[in-house]
Amino acid sequence: MTIEVKNLVKKFGNFAALDGVDLKVDSGELLALLGPSGSGKTTLLRIVAGLDWPDAGEVVINGEDALAQGARERHVGFVFQHYALFRHMSVFENVAFGLRVQPRAIRKDQVAIRARVKELLDLVQLDWLADRYPSQLSGGQRQRIALARALAIEPRILLLDEPFGALDAKVRKELRKWLRSLHHEINVTSIFVTHDQEEALEVANRVVVMDKGRIEQIGSPDDVYETPASAFVHGFIGESIELPVQVEGGVVRLGDRPLRLAAEGLAPGASRLFVRRHDMLIGPPGSGAFEGAVQHVRNFGPVQRAEVALSGGQTIEIDAPRDRELRAGDTIGLEPRRYRIFAG
Amino acid sequence: MGLTLTWLSVIILIPLAGLFLKSTELSPDQFWAILSSRRTLNALRISFGLAFAAACVNLVMGSIIVWALVRYRFPGRRLFDAIVDVPFALPTAVAGVALTTLFAEKGWLGAPLAALGIKVAFTPLGIFVAMIFIGIPFVVRTVQPVLQDLDPEIEEAAGSLGASRWQTIIRVILPSFAPALLTGLALAFARAVGEYGSVIFIAGNLPNVSEIAPLLIVIRLSEFRYADATAIAVVMLLVSFVIIFAVNRLQRWAQHREGER
Repeated sequence: MTIEVKNLVKKFGNFAALDGVDLKVDSGELLALLGPSGSGKTTLLRIVAGLDWPDAGEVVINGEDALAQGARERHVGFVFQHYALFRHMSVFENVAFGLRVQPRAIRKDQVAIRARVKELLDLVQLDWLADRYPSQLSGGQRQRIALARALAIEPRILLLDEPFGALDAKVRKELRKWLRSLHHEINVTSIFVTHDQEEALEVANRVVVMDKGRIEQIGSPDDVYETPASAFVHGFIGESIELPVQVEGGVVRLGDRPLRLAAEGLAPGASRLFVRRHDMLIGPPGSGAFEGAVQHVRNFGPVQRAEVALSGGQTIEIDAPRDRELRAGDTIGLEPRRYRIFAG
Repeated sequence: MGLTLTWLSVIILIPLAGLFLKSTELSPDQFWAILSSRRTLNALRISFGLAFAAACVNLVMGSIIVWALVRYRFPGRRLFDAIVDVPFALPTAVAGVALTTLFAEKGWLGAPLAALGIKVAFTPLGIFVAMIFIGIPFVVRTVQPVLQDLDPEIEEAAGSLGASRWQTIIRVILPSFAPALLTGLALAFARAVGEYGSVIFIAGNLPNVSEIAPLLIVIRLSEFRYADATAIAVVMLLVSFVIIFAVNRLQRWAQHREGER
């Protein structure tokens, strides 16, 4: 099942939650919508599900105009951040709900419903909880039940809104792996929303980075990490050092200091230089594009994180391997192994 | 603990025990004779029958009011929300006088209704109206917090699973506040059964037609027929016990179902 979104616009008052979004999702993909809160990712998901309506634009699911249908007709599985389980129903009845409300003509009989629910509970590995009530389950169990409930109707597509957002860090990590393998098993076209870059990069086949109602970049997890398309993406994904620079006559300047960095193809004017923290190579003073004094050093397992005051006055944080121990007070040279400069 | 028990005993248990003791002065035959007299039976029938009907009306109308108050934002919503409590706060006699004036044959509502041939004041219909009036806040205030807690995502989830609006209401929304609805129904019913002040003004108080049981108790007392009064009182007391017991069970059941959180 493919999903196609064309020039989608949605405003809440003066605030543009979606400001012209185009997106194509291929059959069987597991796509992540990644962005900070207020970037429009949840609004986009809700519009695809039929829980919200756009002010302009098109949503096409498998070649059909989805905006002509309500949530009920779209046959879309939706998983909510806070589970939205029916509290007065047992786990079994929750999962069976979508089967029980089907039109009489296509509704399964009791035996078939029972078998299907059992199958789904096996799939989410919680068959032993069938008779419990949602309030008796842990957060992770509730979300797996919510997923089983959404899958009961054999949805054409599966949409997950911050599915692990309400869970603690350890359970999140387990469920990420689990979601990946589940998707591999059932292979339903899926979109999930997250503000957690690690989650997006680890789980998805493709990542859509959003900011302020617009799509900043669409690409594989490697693409968005290694070759960010904009300053926003570089700053949002991975830990980056950001420095304000001037590009003038083929020279990049930090303050009034020229940096020994290639400036070909760069538009002149105020720009921003981005370097990953671990892409700063340490050398003796005078050896790199930057020079600075080490202020603090903290160790995180295999890396040491140092706060360095650059000679231009800015303070940056770098991550370095521990083969060369840094000490507060050291003066070092720094050479960016890889960097990107964005205008603006 | 000791204080609680003492206080409960003085305030509630001793008077109730006194009531039962008083009624034991009657032989079972006498007791039965009082209860099965036409006037007593009619008074009980009027009180319980109309109270139940009024509670049912309050259940439906109360639910609609709660829905509007919780789910919609409209000008004056807070004012309406406060108005719901008026029957709680108003002295019942004041309510009775107000309703009687309103529904009297020359009153604002009484006159147009009289033109239609409907007589409200001084008829059983008047009792019914007064009972609706005093019962409505019980339904609204018990259901309101439950509905406020009901996550709109629950309805969205039901919709995306293919449920129609109707199926969502019947299978998801109503069951999640059925216990609160039943509790509200029981409370409104209990209040209406015992209501005296507002009802006697509008009822007309014709024996066998529009005479409520609490009024009959007062009449018997003023005739110094204490045993008669207590016999009726005991019946009302037993019914109240049953209602309270039922409400308690309902709440326990609801809590159990939602689990301890």
